[in-house]
Amino acid sequence: MTQTTHRNINHLRELESESMYVIREVAAQFEKPALLFSGGKDSIVMFHIAVKAFWPAKVPFPLLHIDTGHNFPETLTFRDELMEKTGATCIVRLVQDSIDKGKAVEETGFSASRNKLQTVTLLDALEEFKFDAAMGGGRRDEEKARAKERFFSHRDEFGQWDPKNQRPELWNIFNGRKRMGEHFRVFPISNWTEMDIWQYIYLEKIAIPNLYFTHQRDMIIRDGVFLAKCDHIPLKESDRVANMQIRFRTIGDMTCTGGVESPASSLEEIIEEVAATHTTERGTRFDDKRSESAMEDRKKEGYF
Amino acid sequence: MSQDIQTGYLNMELLRFTTAGSVDDGKSTLIGRLLYDSKAIFTDQMEAIEEASKRRGEEHVNLALLTDGLRAEREQGITIDVAYRYFATPKRKFIIADTPGHIQYTRNMVTGASTANVALILIDARQGVLEQTIRHAFIASLLNIPHIIVCVNKMDMMEYSEEVFESIRVAYETITAKLDIHDIRFIPISALHGDNVVKRSTKMDWYEGPTLMYLLENIHIANDNNLVDGRFPVQYIVRPYSDQYHDYRGYAGRIAGGIFQKGEEVTVLPSGLSSKIKSIDTYTDELHEAFAPQSVTITLEDDIDISRGDMIVHKNNEPNVNQDIELMICWLNEKPLALNGKYHLKHTTSDARCIIKEIVYKVNISTMENATDDKSVKMNDIARIKIRTTKPLFYDSYKKNRITGSLVLIDEGTNETVGAGMIV
Repeated sequence: MTQTTHRNINHLRELESESMYVIREVAAQFEKPALLFSGGKDSIVMFHIAVKAFWPAKVPFPLLHIDTGHNFPETLTFRDELMEKTGATCIVRLVQDSIDKGKAVEETGFSASRNKLQTVTLLDALEEFKFDAAMGGGRRDEEKARAKERFFSHRDEFGQWDPKNQRPELWNIFNGRKRMGEHFRVFPISNWTEMDIWQYIYLEKIAIPNLYFTHQRDMIIRDGVFLAKCDHIPLKESDRVANMQIRFRTIGDMTCTGGVESPASSLEEIIEEVAATHTTERGTRFDDKRSESAMEDRKKEGYF
Repeated sequence: MSQDIQTGYLNMELLRFTTAGSVDDGKSTLIGRLLYDSKAIFTDQMEAIEEASKRRGEEHVNLALLTDGLRAEREQGITIDVAYRYFATPKRKFIIADTPGHIQYTRNMVTGASTANVALILIDARQGVLEQTIRHAFIASLLNIPHIIVCVNKMDMMEYSEEVFESIRVAYETITAKLDIHDIRFIPISALHGDNVVKRSTKMDWYEGPTLMYLLENIHIANDNNLVDGRFPVQYIVRPYSDQYHDYRGYAGRIAGGIFQKGEEVTVLPSGLSSKIKSIDTYTDELHEAFAPQSVTITLEDDIDISRGDMIVHKNNEPNVNQDIELMICWLNEKPLALNGKYHLKHTTSDARCIIKEIVYKVNISTMENATDDKSVKMNDIARIKIRTTKPLFYDSYKKNRITGSLVLIDEGTNETVGAGMIV
């Protein structure tokens, strides 16, 4: 018989176990789930945990990538290689198509971004494939409005989030019951912080795009933010362009993801740097700087 | 550096705690203080709240603004929902379930308490033990939170007096003596000035106990999970259908209690059939043993028909198997509990329906007395009820196991989660 003694797992293994449980609940409770994949570290970690949750079987749902057309080319290469390596299916839907169909209107001006437009393409894709649950790599530590998000987040038939009318979530019981036409957003890595993600990538030796490591790149210096020089960003008169030693803490669109000057070339060095950093990773994101409740407003409309 | 990673933060434990207190207790300030003094607040967050404090015409930087997330809350200056916060020290990673303490938010407090190892209860030193303090203690005890830390706050406004602290401690202990609380500690603090929060106070030499942060970092939580009674609710059946794993049939789930070992004899419920554990699989390794709260995939020696909602348990140590169940319920919804009403029920990985057979009594959570005359169970009420389920549940008492002893009720019309149940 089993001897009762102390048993302990570290915080990363406990978080991993919780996330595996959530992902398996999604596979069990929903008919047609999908995993939203952006090529950023959070969705890579989420996918890694999904692979572990169903091994030796394949992940029983497809990935869905909403491609804004403003991605770093490195991200897309990484995505395609990962799919080939794991044998997973990745559905790609383009924001450009939504624009061409007249469903979304391109923003204009120097800080134009397709960030908000993604919501249109995302909701269309969910409808096209009749996905009833979409897993996202959102973390509660990222932003104030996310701190109250549930693991299982109910969306009405318009894909909207009502923060005042969320289902209570107790113990590890997740209520995914819904009516026809409604769907869920599920956030399996809700309880992870940026530091947890990096430590876990290190622990599990997970491959990530090389954009996260230091490299030389031509950068546009605008209002103290370093943006990658590319065709998608029109230059202002006040902009300066310089070749810098840069890495990215988050990877989103080239138009709104700022880089940081850093010599960190290994995971150990990134972890050390994150530990010593004094700004949140979203501090490098232009999209959140629009207003104090920018994220809350976008989420209500059906953003990730 | 890699040495640091190995011996350092890869050995951290995860501690979840919940905070209870009202707006005036300085709860948000305390959390702000913990985050600030442990350097979990970043410059851009700090700048944002400095600016917001100024805009609101406040003299000091209002640390409470850090935890007020949604726009409605910022406008009204109250916390209306459970918010989760994170910080870490070299020893532990902490998850705070920050809940509002007002009576109409009992449901939020219950939600935050459901996963907590520790409850942090705040008492305003000027006010002493209030009705709501009793309510918080009752909920912590009902939800079976293993450890309670009572912070007597605003000691600075009572001249850091030992007598004030001691009289509150005695009053609290007297009132909670009839509650089932195993581990309770008291700390005199000033969240505003940081006394005994992270740094030891220089103004209360009479207090010889640890600071709040020291306690949070060192309180023993390794035994908080039940490691005696083996319970494995089957969550998902893994069938690869591949050439390499042609006949593979794995039972995936998160261990809810006990330790399971390779080769061990187990019983499968509801069939009652026995088998032996053939392997405990994870992506990277085959394990010799696995324990709560690990997520694993188990294979058995024998080909038994097992599906989601079944439970694999230690042989000769079975849970209760019953359709008539008595439980404490916290009601979460505006629509009151309906006697003889039917609800959908979720328990571990199992789904069923149930009918409410009897409301035994309602608890007055401010006096901790049981009321048998008024049996209307409305939002934020707590009651003892009897239900009958459409199929047998495999359960333990909530006191014995928080996973196999808990369930939720769901309205069959709206699909909302309406009740949180703790099996007696």
